[in-house]
Amino acid sequence: MAEYQNIFTRVQVDAPLYPGVPLPRGNVWGRIGGGFNHLFGRFGDAQIGPFYLGTTGLLSLICGFIAFEIIGLNMFASVHWNPIQFVRQLPWLALEPPAPSNGLHIPRLQDGGWWLLAGFFLTSSVLLWWLRMYRRARALNMGTHVAWAFLAAIWLMLVLGIIRPVLMGSFGEAVPFGIFPHLDWTAAFSIRYGNLFYNPFHCLSIAFLYGSTLLFAMHGGTILAVSRLGGDRELEQIVDRGTAAERAGLFWRWTMGFNATFESIHRWAWWFAVLCPLVGGIGILLSGTVVDNWYLWAVKHHVAPMYPQVFPPQIDPATLPATYPGAPK
Amino acid sequence: MSDCIVQKTGRATLGRAALGRAAVGRAGSGRAALGRAALGLAAGGRPASVRASACTVLILASLALLCGCERPPVDTVQDGFRGTGMDQVINPRDDAAKAGNNIVPVAIPAAPADGPLASSVYQNVQVLKDLNVAQFTRVMLAITQWVAPPDQSCNYCHGANMASDDRYTKVVARRMLQMTRHLNEDWKAHVALTGVTCYTCHRGNAVPKNVWFTSPDQSSDSGMIANNAGKNKPSNAAGLSSLPYDPYTAYLLDDKNIRVISDTALPSGDRSSIKQTDRTYALMMSMSTALGVNCDYCHNTRSMASWSTSTPKRAVAWYGIRMARDLNNNYLVPLTSTFPAHRLGVLGDVAKVNCATCHQGLFKPLYGESMAKDYPELTGGIHPAAAPAEGTPPAAPAGTPPPTASLVAAQGR
Repeated sequence: MAEYQNIFTRVQVDAPLYPGVPLPRGNVWGRIGGGFNHLFGRFGDAQIGPFYLGTTGLLSLICGFIAFEIIGLNMFASVHWNPIQFVRQLPWLALEPPAPSNGLHIPRLQDGGWWLLAGFFLTSSVLLWWLRMYRRARALNMGTHVAWAFLAAIWLMLVLGIIRPVLMGSFGEAVPFGIFPHLDWTAAFSIRYGNLFYNPFHCLSIAFLYGSTLLFAMHGGTILAVSRLGGDRELEQIVDRGTAAERAGLFWRWTMGFNATFESIHRWAWWFAVLCPLVGGIGILLSGTVVDNWYLWAVKHHVAPMYPQVFPPQIDPATLPATYPGAPK
Repeated sequence: MSDCIVQKTGRATLGRAALGRAAVGRAGSGRAALGRAALGLAAGGRPASVRASACTVLILASLALLCGCERPPVDTVQDGFRGTGMDQVINPRDDAAKAGNNIVPVAIPAAPADGPLASSVYQNVQVLKDLNVAQFTRVMLAITQWVAPPDQSCNYCHGANMASDDRYTKVVARRMLQMTRHLNEDWKAHVALTGVTCYTCHRGNAVPKNVWFTSPDQSSDSGMIANNAGKNKPSNAAGLSSLPYDPYTAYLLDDKNIRVISDTALPSGDRSSIKQTDRTYALMMSMSTALGVNCDYCHNTRSMASWSTSTPKRAVAWYGIRMARDLNNNYLVPLTSTFPAHRLGVLGDVAKVNCATCHQGLFKPLYGESMAKDYPELTGGIHPAAAPAEGTPPAAPAGTPPPTASLVAAQGR
């Protein structure tokens, strides 16, 4: 008899296709597909589909496609439609937001209008997808936890892309659509606001980010470790505590004196995951609007430690009499 | 899963007391019989060869991820207070390559101080008027070694009539001699007493290897295509990042504001944008590459802006930026019409200097070895207005910046 093995498994559960609950009348788009895939079964459920498209899903995909095309075609054009250069330079390419001098005006397409359009369609796509997740969860009479967690990520995206730029009075403050360019933007943002590591909300966000990985490793490890005792059937263990739950709990009480339960660990994970972009977005939103230099802010509030001087005291040469050649008159 | 019908397969519902031994065995051998109602288990391995090749692919893929890394050993040298992470990263292989490229040529034997002035013997001597014939000849010899292509030698600048200005190279060389003297006289805040010679930049090349031209603005030829804002392609200037590819025009030609970090904790009117920060960042990256150093050679990176926590080199670099701007505006740009078209950039602009022009990957050009001390002819008197080269304006008024504590400290290194 084959059994589940950790941490890799050779077992696949096979069953007849299950199409799901009947859909209400008037559903135009319905469900698409439905089949099995052995490879998928190695990572999750072997049954693929049926996929619920629905109106919001369809509109979301259309909006996402438009945004993707605006970004991709502008990138392609920036290498003069050369496919080889497009592939080679792809990580560097981007669709750039308008110049800071543009403020909040609607610019010409080539001066940031494309960026604004792409942002609009991307935002529409993401929000429609959120609505779809919410409505599908309600349709299954589930809670809407996944949708709200998704909204936390959307919050961070909207802070970066539109809320903070509007508060700052310039679309030019926003992030370019591009792989390296958005990373360079991040570094430049930290430099501009005097080192984001002194931003307490950035600290919190990092704590929740790393905390999420820690919790995930602890939880995943615990469940895999007790799956030989039925611990992978977490739902049952929540309401009817079996030997897997007892051992998992005992393990953590032994090792750290306290244990989450089969149910509460998921609340831990959900909150850590949700708080990561939530507080991160607050930290971004406060930069430039409320705090202009996080290092000086930390010095002011005695958060930044002071180190002994190892160099002679430095003077800003710009404050000395401007007698050097070529000095501005 | 909505269709999941759970079988309660012999689950042990043990209390804590019974936990000890009762469930030591693998609870429920039917453990795999989970999930859907009708269960067929597709178990099975793969032949060993498949597994082996899968492993090989994984290992190769992991190695491929390391391709961008520098191979060890890479050394670090601490240069700030412990715990601040102020370390210079030193790759011994890079250093070996640089050492070979930065060997100071043997100095030509010094010229006797007496003898008639070159200007009284030769015609059309405009800059080196204070040199005697021997000194003058020595400079000409040195330039031939340092700058002129070996197959052309003197002919690179001079025709049959040595006094004639008909070759553009001679007109440029004259202005460059003025520039060299200007550097050694007036920019001690940056070049200190080490000074510079033609070789500092030229290294045997008629045109120094590290020069820059203004990059054309992409928006001018793109129609409806989005403007790339001078960035978003591999930037040689900024360490192959996607930062602006021409950080020089704004700062080493124009006098745009480099400082983008607010000097107050709370907003007080500093509207420096992220895009401005991108440009400053690109300039700093170009300096880092040009000098072969990390950011913390000059800055304590926890606060880039703070002078009180910066190293003494930052002030030297500050003067260096102004020095490059001075040279570009007062010595190189005025030569634009002197150069033939093939020496100019795509926008018809003249080749200009940046940090790499002299430094060439070293924190001090030629490891700080002074060539200028062997060539007093190049550090001598300066006559800025004496020889305008074909309509060039005189150099900016000279004046030596006050020596600061930081500068003295930097020289002591």
